[in-house]
Amino acid sequence: MKIHSNLAVSDSGFIFNPSNGDSFSTNAVGADIIRLLKSGKSLADIKKDISVKYEVEPTVFEKDYEDFISQLQDHFLVNND
Amino acid sequence: MKTEKLKYERPAIRKMNTGLMNKFGTRTEYAPFTHIDGVSVKELINKYGSPCFVISERTIRKTYQNAVRAFKTRYPKVQFAWSYKTNYIDAVCNVFHQEGSWAEVVSIFEYTKAIENGVPGNKIIFNGPEKTKADLQIALENNSYIHVDHFDELYDLIELTQELKKTAKVAIRVNMDTGVYPMWDRFGFNYESGQAWNAINKIMASEYLEMVGLHCHIGTFMLDTNAYAIAAAKLSDLAVNIKYVFNKTIQYLDLGGGFPSANTLRGAYLPGPDMIPSIDEFAEVITNTILNYGYKKEDLPLLILETGRAMIDDAGYLLGSVIANKRLSDGRRATIMDFGVNILFTAFWYEHKITPAQEFSSHTEDMVLYGPLCMNIDVVRSSVTLPALNRGDHVVVHKVGAYNMTQWMQFIAMRPKVALIDTNGESHVIRENETVKTITEPERMPEHLKTFNL
Repeated sequence: MKIHSNLAVSDSGFIFNPSNGDSFSTNAVGADIIRLLKSGKSLADIKKDISVKYEVEPTVFEKDYEDFISQLQDHFLVNND
Repeated sequence: MKTEKLKYERPAIRKMNTGLMNKFGTRTEYAPFTHIDGVSVKELINKYGSPCFVISERTIRKTYQNAVRAFKTRYPKVQFAWSYKTNYIDAVCNVFHQEGSWAEVVSIFEYTKAIENGVPGNKIIFNGPEKTKADLQIALENNSYIHVDHFDELYDLIELTQELKKTAKVAIRVNMDTGVYPMWDRFGFNYESGQAWNAINKIMASEYLEMVGLHCHIGTFMLDTNAYAIAAAKLSDLAVNIKYVFNKTIQYLDLGGGFPSANTLRGAYLPGPDMIPSIDEFAEVITNTILNYGYKKEDLPLLILETGRAMIDDAGYLLGSVIANKRLSDGRRATIMDFGVNILFTAFWYEHKITPAQEFSSHTEDMVLYGPLCMNIDVVRSSVTLPALNRGDHVVVHKVGAYNMTQWMQFIAMRPKVALIDTNGESHVIRENETVKTITEPERMPEHLKTFNL
């Protein structure tokens, strides 16, 4: 699974997909995940970074992460390879 | 120095569709609802559990006093009677009785509750289609107002009063065309067909029945004030005719209830508060019609109102928590709450306003809110836009004071506590939560079914 590298992500969570013109809004945790995915971080690294920054149990985040990735897939923002 | 971590919110993403209609409607919640009458929602949940109902005594009194003001400033003789079926928790009834409300009951169960609450028999209005002879006898002995619903009841009452040689104070319930359809004609005697006049003739000819009033209840959640003008005019027509034909002054006109609350009906185009007429608008048309009808000053009847929903809905809150989040097969977010249609019966006809009880970000999601029951119909909101809710987060459902605490079901789960916040900001349990024993205690096990081997 790889996120499109050309996605533009603003600080406020506005996302623009230049390949088809779609735009999205995401919350702070969502924007952090997308930035971390874009920088090529692994799931383990993302979990670590998020748990340092936010008050969240690792198991809770893992479930939410899976769900978020499925949303990104629904919106064609990631490639399954 | 230890850095404090940021509050976590479940990651969520939403596609932006500028200019397109959104079937989920616009975002409605901008701030968390953290306190009820100054008491923290979190504290209430810690104290009474989740889910739990909370009733604001302050709101009940304020709403009642506003309704009384609306009518009493326009008409000299007004009496409210608390509609027990709307919420018959004793503490709630007693707030209304303390404010001066009589009791309006529709069954012997409610009648008994009113008597046990200490309401004098002659301040109880007994409505409803089911009154057995035994029920009628109790009401007769207590000198209550008996509102006759059909001829079978009328004949029972004539027989009973003759046997006991005691006079009953009666009114008839009148149904009529008020321009609102479908017409509520299953209760009472019809005005247009002359059935109501036949019943009046029968009562006037009975030795032990005293015709004291005329009653109607034209519908529920009425959005048209003019319907009440028509109802008041038709009742007044009967009252004036009774005076003319029998020289009998009708003591009261009871316009029933049916005023709406500010809830939003399912499928309504506009939110409830933008649609409903105010209590002053109802008061204006009703009192104007009666005052202008041509009664002699001394014959002006007492105006009785049995308003239920509009008096109590705003005062009730349901506090609950998120059990789980999931995604449906079509990608929609589904949030499962710890309350469902079992205790929030009004979710069947309202799009209840639901607000998170803790801080949230500006990001929202379109979601379906489900209850905890193992039933497909357990849907609290079929489409709502709310901030991302985490497991365990609390929410507040608004305007749930009417009908939920009387129509709730004991299905699969047990019914929760009901608390009341008094006017000093102190909270009290006014109905304990059910336990397994509450449910199993009335059950009986036949001897041959007491044991089994698996």
